[in-house]
Amino acid sequence: MYAMRLYLRCLGASIRSQMQHRLSFCMLTLGQALVVGMEIAGVWMLFHRFGQLRGWTLPQVALLFGMANTSFALAEGIGRGFDTFSTLVKSGDFDRLLLRPRGTAFQVAAQEIQLMRAGRFVPGLLVLGWAALQVNVPWHDLRWLAIGAGILGGAAVFYGLFILQATLAFWTVESLEVMNTVTYGGVEVAQYPLSIYRPWFRTFFTVVVPLASTTYLPARSLLLSSDFRDALLHGCLALTVGGLFLALTLRLWSVGVRYYRSTGS
Amino acid sequence: MIERSLTAYRAIFAARFRVLLQYRTAAAAGLVTQLFWGLIRVMIFEAFYRSSGSPQPLSFADVVSYVWLGQATILLIPWSVDTEVRALVRTGGVAYELLRPLDLYWHWFVRSLALRTAPTLLRAIPLLLLATLFFGLRLPATAGAACGWIALTGAAVLLSSAITTLVNITLLWTVSGDGIARLMPTVAYLFSGMILPLPLYPDWAQQLVNFLPFRGLIDVPFRVYLGNLPVEQVPVLLLQQLAWIAVLIGFGRWLLGRARLRLVVQGG
Repeated sequence: MYAMRLYLRCLGASIRSQMQHRLSFCMLTLGQALVVGMEIAGVWMLFHRFGQLRGWTLPQVALLFGMANTSFALAEGIGRGFDTFSTLVKSGDFDRLLLRPRGTAFQVAAQEIQLMRAGRFVPGLLVLGWAALQVNVPWHDLRWLAIGAGILGGAAVFYGLFILQATLAFWTVESLEVMNTVTYGGVEVAQYPLSIYRPWFRTFFTVVVPLASTTYLPARSLLLSSDFRDALLHGCLALTVGGLFLALTLRLWSVGVRYYRSTGS
Repeated sequence: MIERSLTAYRAIFAARFRVLLQYRTAAAAGLVTQLFWGLIRVMIFEAFYRSSGSPQPLSFADVVSYVWLGQATILLIPWSVDTEVRALVRTGGVAYELLRPLDLYWHWFVRSLALRTAPTLLRAIPLLLLATLFFGLRLPATAGAACGWIALTGAAVLLSSAITTLVNITLLWTVSGDGIARLMPTVAYLFSGMILPLPLYPDWAQQLVNFLPFRGLIDVPFRVYLGNLPVEQVPVLLLQQLAWIAVLIGFGRWLLGRARLRLVVQGG
């Protein structure tokens, strides 16, 4: 309980500091929203040209797009400390974290909340809202809970990927650009139905990076099945998989901390 | 006199080029990322092409090659300003730049030129090789197309450098160094063909994208490579590129002149 209060206080401080530079904050958010807007334009133009994607319509893919982007924006916004973690290792500043009477993962997590990621979250949410209006599933349908669970599960998976990226820095010191393939690449992949990819690729995004269970399956249960229990099952699955992935990466993190050799002087 | 300053520019270029060539591990890591990204794009396009029977302005095989060429020369897009120039403007070090017995515009231009060529070369050569061998990148349509591609890519490098230099100059107006510098990559990305080959854009958008300079960065060279644009058109396309380069350089020089009159140097 105390940990939670401390976490919120740290994030509050981070928000206040960002609000000191309001214009810069607005520019950053707007810039991010433009990037997402461009991605939306790309998807829209593909559908304008080709009509449909292996039986999936634009609103159906828009649902996936909205889920993937809101998930990622949540993870990016609160997982910023892990995203930039390699700088702490490089400068040797991680030593200071080891001295404080709190867990290291907790301290890194509480370092920063990046409000500008609203620039991805809001357009993602708007796309999701548009898709919801188009796909003919009423708002009060309980199957929407599966979508909510999917977004949270997806955010947990992306957050776990940021932790993994940070953990690797204990060994490599440098941040690994390769991780972009599963973070940014993961968003790109999850924006489209998983069924369009080759089998090995599907397996990778089901077993290794479990975005299939958090984004694709809940969306499919909403769109293709009218059975409420199916959606419920997939919602629970998304939360479980997301939680397990996060727990696993946190385990790896503590292995990494034990390995840590300071680079500082 | 001109001879002397040319030597200086050449030396600046060579020095920057060599520095930028040092980032080989980053290039190797980037290679993996680019391969993975290219594979995703190819699979998405494959699914779309299989979903529609109607003929498209580019065949699927052409799109595959387009994607790989795009991944290979992705760093030709004016992604970023010259970070050292940005730092100079912030710290006030730009005052030293103004004192040098060189034309500041061309000084920054050759720096941009190095910034665009060295990383692109490091990434493009291995990627073109791998993509040709394993991932379905076809060879140029004809020998003439290959020559046209190389000439147009050369012009694209100049074009990208002119854009980068122009954005560098805007940093003199907005000290925090954002604004246009942040907007430019998005605009360039959208109108160059990186997000989607330009022929696949809606028909009503064609006139706009064909007019803007950004198609010269990747779309024009690629389509000549594929034979989608005939070799006979290369001189006209090249002229269009050169005209845009001249406009951007002229505008950049004018803007720099204006900036110099009102520049407040930061720091002490």
